[in-house]
Amino acid sequence: MTSELILFFILAIVAVASAVGMLLSRNAVYAALYLILNFATVAVFYLMLSAAFISLVQVTVYAGAIMVLFLFVIMLLGAEHTGRLSESGWMFWTPIVLGAVLAVEALYIILRQWKAIPATQAAGSDFGAPAAVGLELFQNYLLPFEVTSVLLLVAMIGAILLARSKKA
Amino acid sequence: MLIEYLPIAILLVISTGLAALIVWIGNTFGPRRPTLRKSLPYESGMNPIGPGTRRMPVRFYLVAVLFILFDIEVVFFLPWAIVFRQLGLFGLIEMFVFIFILLVGYVYAWKKGALEWE
Repeated sequence: MTSELILFFILAIVAVASAVGMLLSRNAVYAALYLILNFATVAVFYLMLSAAFISLVQVTVYAGAIMVLFLFVIMLLGAEHTGRLSESGWMFWTPIVLGAVLAVEALYIILRQWKAIPATQAAGSDFGAPAAVGLELFQNYLLPFEVTSVLLLVAMIGAILLARSKKA
Repeated sequence: MLIEYLPIAILLVISTGLAALIVWIGNTFGPRRPTLRKSLPYESGMNPIGPGTRRMPVRFYLVAVLFILFDIEVVFFLPWAIVFRQLGLFGLIEMFVFIFILLVGYVYAWKKGALEWE
C-alpha cells in the first residue's frame, strides 16, 4: 500500500464516522460541528484528487460560510435540542430504503466492472490547480463568470428583501 | 504531488497539538476549587438572566447570507490573482466589471440599511 492509500483509508474512516456522528447527535450544534469535520475531510479528498481549487472552495465556502449560516439558523430557531424525532413512518424508512438502493447499485457496479475500471484516470496533476482554473475561467468562460456576479446580486437583493420586508 | 501540502499538515498538527497541550497543562496543574458562583455562566458580572442558549434575532440570518455571497465573490479573486499577470489589462477590466455588478448589491444593502443594527 502506498502512503496515499493509507491516508485515504484513514480519512475515509474519519469522514464516515463524522457523518454518522452528525446524524446521531441529539444536539444540533454538535451535529453542525461534525459536519464541519466532514467538510474538512472531503477537502483533503479533493486535494488527493489534485483538485486544489475545489478543495479551497470547500473549506472557504462550505466549512466557513455555509456552516455559519447553519449555526445561525439553528440558533435563531432555538433548535439546539431536537430530541428524538418520530422513528416510525415514512420519515424514518424512506432514507433507509433509498440508501439501501444506492448501496446495492454501487455494489453491483463495483462487482461487475471491477476489472473494467482503470487503475488511474487522473488528468494532469495541474488540471485542478488554481492557476489552470483561473486561465480557463477568465479566458474561455468569461461570460459565465460575469453572469455569476448577476446571480450573486439577485441572491443578495432577495435576501435583503425577505429579511427586511417590513421596512422596505 | 500531495507532498507539496506537507507544510500545511505540519502546521495543523503543531497548532492542534499546542492547543491540546495548553488545555492539558491548565487542567493538570491549575487549582480547581469550584463554587456555585464560579460555575455560573459569566454575564458581565450580573446574575444571569434566562438560559444561555436563547433564540437569536433573525438579523443574524441576513448577516450570514450576505457573508456567504461576499465569500463566494472572494473565491473568484483567488484564481484571478494567480493568473493576473498572464491576463494583463483584459483580466483587470473583467474583474472590474464583476466587482462593479456586486458593488451595486453592496450599495443596495447599504441604502436599505441591511448593514445597520437597530
